[in-house]
Amino acid sequence: MELFDFYDQDRWPHVFCPGCGNGTVMNCFFRAFNEIGWKLDNTVFVSGIGCSSRIPLYINSDAIHTTHGRAIAVATGLKLSRPELDVVVFTGDGDLGAIGGNHFINGCRRNVDLDVICINNNIYGMTGGQASITTPHDFISTTTPFGNTEYPFDLAEIAVAAGANYVARWTTRHVHELTKSIKASLEKKGFNFVEVVSQCPTNFGRRNKMADPTALLDWFKESSVRRDKARAAAIDHVDLNLAGQITTGEFVCRDRECYHDRKGGGTHGDGH
Amino acid sequence: MTIKPGEYFLQGNEACTEASLLAGLKFFAGYPITPSTEIAEGLSSRLPQTDGEFIQMEDEIACVSAIIGASWGGAKSMTATSGPGFSLMQEAVGYAAMTETPMVIVNVMRGGPSTGQPTRASQGDVMATKYGSHGDYQVIAFAPASVQEMFDLTVKAFNYSEKYRVPTFVLSDAEVGHMRGLLTVPKDIKIVNRKEKGVRRADEAYDVPDDRVPPFPTFGKGHKATVTGITHTPKARIEPEDPKVHQELVGRLNDKITANRRDINKWEIIGPDSKTMIVSYGSASFGGREVAARDDRVGLLRLKSLWPLPVEPIREVAEKCEQLLVCEMNLGQLFWEIKRVALEAGCKRIELLAKIGGDPPTPGEVRHKLREMGVI
Repeated sequence: MELFDFYDQDRWPHVFCPGCGNGTVMNCFFRAFNEIGWKLDNTVFVSGIGCSSRIPLYINSDAIHTTHGRAIAVATGLKLSRPELDVVVFTGDGDLGAIGGNHFINGCRRNVDLDVICINNNIYGMTGGQASITTPHDFISTTTPFGNTEYPFDLAEIAVAAGANYVARWTTRHVHELTKSIKASLEKKGFNFVEVVSQCPTNFGRRNKMADPTALLDWFKESSVRRDKARAAAIDHVDLNLAGQITTGEFVCRDRECYHDRKGGGTHGDGH
Repeated sequence: MTIKPGEYFLQGNEACTEASLLAGLKFFAGYPITPSTEIAEGLSSRLPQTDGEFIQMEDEIACVSAIIGASWGGAKSMTATSGPGFSLMQEAVGYAAMTETPMVIVNVMRGGPSTGQPTRASQGDVMATKYGSHGDYQVIAFAPASVQEMFDLTVKAFNYSEKYRVPTFVLSDAEVGHMRGLLTVPKDIKIVNRKEKGVRRADEAYDVPDDRVPPFPTFGKGHKATVTGITHTPKARIEPEDPKVHQELVGRLNDKITANRRDINKWEIIGPDSKTMIVSYGSASFGGREVAARDDRVGLLRLKSLWPLPVEPIREVAEKCEQLLVCEMNLGQLFWEIKRVALEAGCKRIELLAKIGGDPPTPGEVRHKLREMGVI
């Protein structure tokens, strides 16, 4: 399949700003999708609201662009009603971790066969650059003009703790690793989560002395540390993601039983 | 195996459960909330027996989102809830209206606002059903008043939801949901399935008589369907900035329901030539029904569907009678809609018997109100 068979050119031009990381993720996703030979007619793309959630609208396949935060809940219903379809979720940090946080952790726990790709640009980009749950401490946004007083969520670690079958985090600087992880997550059964730390030069970099997208990519490169080599977080300091280091790598790859495989147990009841 | 034709003694919520399966329910997402929980409990065992899927989600927003997803997979889908859960669902109700997603929400109403009276009946969600989500949209809502109607109107809710591609409500209440009574399951039940894109069916007669309801592009069938809550063209291209596209889309979403009001609305009239007509629905109509059955001066218009507003029967009784008494288990919600229609029809006097607290108005209370009005 050619790139332009995968994307629906009728729907272009897209909404992404120059220098946005979404294109990189889309490209990596296309390569992974193409390599494993999935069929577009058998795949449904689900998303919520935000820049990254616009991606399914450009793909030449069935797509459902849902309300803010609800992509995983919608994908769960869809997958359970049509288990033969492959369901992929595109989401962002605000959509997944803030307004949709409950669906995210319960999705990991439930372990329905879904592939979730979260493009974490550390900001609410579409609405003009407000602090998100992954904006690093002290960074400037339109709602943290004096620096972010809060500390960010570590989405990948939450996914590990909540029970996702596969968890990886890369940045848009790690295109080969990212492609490999997307491929692994698509091939794997269960709830699989790939977080991509991505650049938003317009609304994140511009206010934090990194207006040039390459400055953000350089920052990603310099601060990325493989998870097995990352220094342990201080006990009083949960600021893992982007605070001096971005832990990257394949966090977990395991085979917890899928939701679909758990039918008819009832070993703790009286058999009714 | 769905319920066999015959006579049963069931609870209202159980009748709703069995009716949903007969109507073709294949996916239910639920979250426990009194007084609707029996529906989720019942379906957790009944759906696996009927080749369907039950899931308990993490909250009501997830429930309604999940049934939207399942509906796009082609499954007839439902959730059941009550007041606070219904409030949580509202954003997705608007989304389902905008994306023309067929689905059924059963709201077994309890006293609100907030946690209110979890175990007591109310009709406080009537306006929230139509106006709870933002923007201009239409829904269909049925109001059962017995175990039998809990069954019949649940089947109808599925049929109309499929026919018009619209979120459809069964607006029950704690009284009807928990009531036990006789249920007759008839032999022949008409089941309507959504008109699928690219599929020609023999039962075209069920299909909508105009072109306002587009065929449903089920996922996974090569339609490359795009579903979005953003203002979109008929070909699903997003156009949030174009006033004309928005006017056409939202206009059609509203028109497809209001223009087909006569097909959707259901009601019952006792004593149509009475000088005084009671207008009521659901368990609020119990008292009025007793009075109307025993007093020739008093009749009853009982609405079995609330949305779209049944303008025709209200107008019909308002034109003939001298005064109307609206009975509701809220402080007056549908009253204002009924009053508007009745005034336009030339009825001069429209009064309200509003009762909250959990008990339906008794025949004595209705008679007392009618005496106050000086009509009996």
